[in-house]
Amino acid sequence: MTPIHEPLSEEAASRLVQVAALSGSPFVIRGGGTRSLHGVPDGAEVLSARGLSGIVAYNPAEMTMTARAGTPLEVVEAALAEKRQMLAFEPNDLRGVLGASGIPTIGGVFATNASGPRRFVAGAARDSLLGLRFVNGRGEVVKAGGRVMKNVTGLDLVKLLAGSHGSLALLTEVTFRLLPVPETAVTIVVSDLNDAEAAAAMATAMSMSVEVSGAAHLPESVRGRFAGGALPQGAATVLRLEGLAASVAVRGEKLAAAMARFGAVSRLEVEGTRRLWREIRDGAPYADGTPRPLWRVSVAPVAGQQLVAALRLETGVDAFYDWQGGLVWLRMEADPEAALLRRYVKAVGGGHATLLRARPEVLAATQAFQPQTEAVTALQARVKAAFDPHNLFRMSGGAIAQ
Amino acid sequence: MDQIGFLEPRQAVLSRRREIVADLLDLLPQGCLVHEPRELVPFETDAFVSYRRLPLAVALPETTQQVAAVMKYCNRYGVPIVPRGAGTSLSGGAIPQEDAVVIGLSKMSRILEVDFANRAATVQAGVTNLAISEAVSADGYFYAPDPSSQLACTIGGNIGMNSGGAHCLKYGVTTNNLLGVKLVLIDGTIVELGGKALDAGGLDLLGVVCGGEGQLGIVTEATVRLVAKPEGARPVLFGFDSSEEAGACVADVIGAGIIPVAIEFMDKPAIEICEAFAHAGYPMDVEALLIVEVEGSEAEMEAMLASIIEIAGRHGVKVVKESQSATEAALIWKGRKSAFGATGRIADYICMDGTVPLGQLPAVLRGTAEIVEKYGLRVANVFHAGDGNMHPLILFNANDPEDAARAEAAGNEILKLCVDVGGCLTGEHGVGIEKRDLMRHQYSDTDLAQQMAVRAAFDPQWLLNPSKVFPLEGRPSA
Repeated sequence: MTPIHEPLSEEAASRLVQVAALSGSPFVIRGGGTRSLHGVPDGAEVLSARGLSGIVAYNPAEMTMTARAGTPLEVVEAALAEKRQMLAFEPNDLRGVLGASGIPTIGGVFATNASGPRRFVAGAARDSLLGLRFVNGRGEVVKAGGRVMKNVTGLDLVKLLAGSHGSLALLTEVTFRLLPVPETAVTIVVSDLNDAEAAAAMATAMSMSVEVSGAAHLPESVRGRFAGGALPQGAATVLRLEGLAASVAVRGEKLAAAMARFGAVSRLEVEGTRRLWREIRDGAPYADGTPRPLWRVSVAPVAGQQLVAALRLETGVDAFYDWQGGLVWLRMEADPEAALLRRYVKAVGGGHATLLRARPEVLAATQAFQPQTEAVTALQARVKAAFDPHNLFRMSGGAIAQ
Repeated sequence: MDQIGFLEPRQAVLSRRREIVADLLDLLPQGCLVHEPRELVPFETDAFVSYRRLPLAVALPETTQQVAAVMKYCNRYGVPIVPRGAGTSLSGGAIPQEDAVVIGLSKMSRILEVDFANRAATVQAGVTNLAISEAVSADGYFYAPDPSSQLACTIGGNIGMNSGGAHCLKYGVTTNNLLGVKLVLIDGTIVELGGKALDAGGLDLLGVVCGGEGQLGIVTEATVRLVAKPEGARPVLFGFDSSEEAGACVADVIGAGIIPVAIEFMDKPAIEICEAFAHAGYPMDVEALLIVEVEGSEAEMEAMLASIIEIAGRHGVKVVKESQSATEAALIWKGRKSAFGATGRIADYICMDGTVPLGQLPAVLRGTAEIVEKYGLRVANVFHAGDGNMHPLILFNANDPEDAARAEAAGNEILKLCVDVGGCLTGEHGVGIEKRDLMRHQYSDTDLAQQMAVRAAFDPQWLLNPSKVFPLEGRPSA
């Protein structure tokens, strides 16, 4: 059994790391453990943020909240729902696709920059994160950022720590901005487009003044597994509109009229819309209880379908697209085909492929994150050392910053 | 003004001046190095004009490779570098020093690619902010962050300072609209961070380079996000009897879940200054004015306006005036965006940039008035109220050293007040030299040491823009 440390205060966490720094004994940082892509590397002990729990301050009028990093996401979301507010970036829940149990934490959301469908217009978790407290690899408690929307005072360490996957520091407290929950939402569905036609339709929708807040393409292979089968036959290209009811009605008509030249148009009303985009967010069709390799690939929006088309000529893949085509959920039949995939990511203009899931022995042999150029790798290593000079905070499966 | 210090020039560099100039002339094409003292004068300061220093030389490279060659040279011989865009920094971010080579990006001003399908534009760092929006306007797009200096300021400078603007309330600041950069590191290595794909593959280095104030490297190219223009936009003027009421109204609008594109605030002195300059039709019989811009379809603008007017009514709004035409709307914005320039016509001023939590706006407005009065000075307030980013303009007489010193002292006190109520020293102008010595008021020594360690990971010898951001005392020895 791997030892698990669960400090109950920032001071306790700081002391724990200070002691470890003396002996050089390494940690793997965990929140709820629901996004951990790999097992614990040899010799490392788990440093859990779960003991650091609770909302510290919630100021609905200023649309900001401060919470300890180990606060369950559901506690945060329940408090926000009471005031009809939300996290703009729609943090996803990967428990389904990863077969994980645990409770997602707010710190884990920011440490992995976990962002859903609205990310391509409203920004990622990192864009909502205003301030942090953390314990670095020297065991020092450090504060970065603050609690106001606009803040350029000093280096923006907040961005560096968002998405650092526990490789730089243990987050102890996060302050983030909120948005009001839109009064209503509707999805315009364009049916039976192939991937390339869908890319064109989504680009057209995004060029219009209708403020699309979700643009996804669900090929026929996955379409039936969304919205309880409510989407019409054939592939579904889905476009979400949100806001005041009167405004959504006007924009919906305008968008539907423009989409009619691409294919048959139908609508999904508010309940169906909320369910559909939650499922898109969580990669629902691939929550299939299998260890078949699953990737999240981030490329330029129109490059998504080019990537999949190229891969199909060489291997069996199943895919659907979010972020106007720029986020590809990609499931392989057997082998993760990491080398092939990364070659094609490069060929379509560059981006990042992250391996979310595979059999343990395959995971252990595959780098989870996209390799960087030599110069960037060296720079990342120096930045890592600036936070964690003794290399206490380890990641397995190929750290993002070694 | 001379309260703010600079690093002592390195004698080893100064004594080799002639040799360094000769070497740089070899590295750069003809016409790309300025070194005659008389010709260096235009580069001695930026928009923080109270301080000036002549640089050793100014390199004006035409390519990323030339930027890299100059940086590699300076790194090898320990010559400080001060990056420069258009020199519009309000915090002294581009002010050089005697032993520094300025690297100016003004010759790298081409738009390299506009990609509507991916909603992205790739431009050289010397392109002006407004030029991007102008290049894509006919196709129905714009680049969202809009600093008041957008006609002149460059995207490279915007990235350095993580610049904001009036419309950031809805669209975010530079960092939220930046997809990727080509960055030259201090040793001349050229790296690409980010791109048209949204997620970073490793650590978010792009996120820390943005707002790095030219201390982490020099950006030579940027890929930015384009946004489809709204169907319509309409600024509406709301006049109040007091600044406090206007401030409280802002907090209530945001608190009600209404997020207009912009909420700008002007107090009476600012209204008078801007109206005299732009003839925008601002009401003159009020103590404070809000410019609230709503956008979208007609139905959406109407609905949002109705809610705002209702809230304003609860705060005793005296005047509500909708712009009736595109010309009127343009004038309203012209008045607001020329506020700093128009103020400069009537007095010398220093502009503060603290941000405060919205609920603190009325208290900080009151506190600002008290502080300025205590020093026997005048203030005009014109700022981005929707995100609590305050810009008190402290008026003084630059020819009177005592008056200038009082203005600086009053400014420092106002910024400390912003921090004390839970805000920060600077919301969009950057620390530069202006707020450098106040950093310890916002951050502990440990916080600053962590930032400096990251800085050193990029620039171990502290050559890039070295007199800026971090207090001169307590730095790690290189």
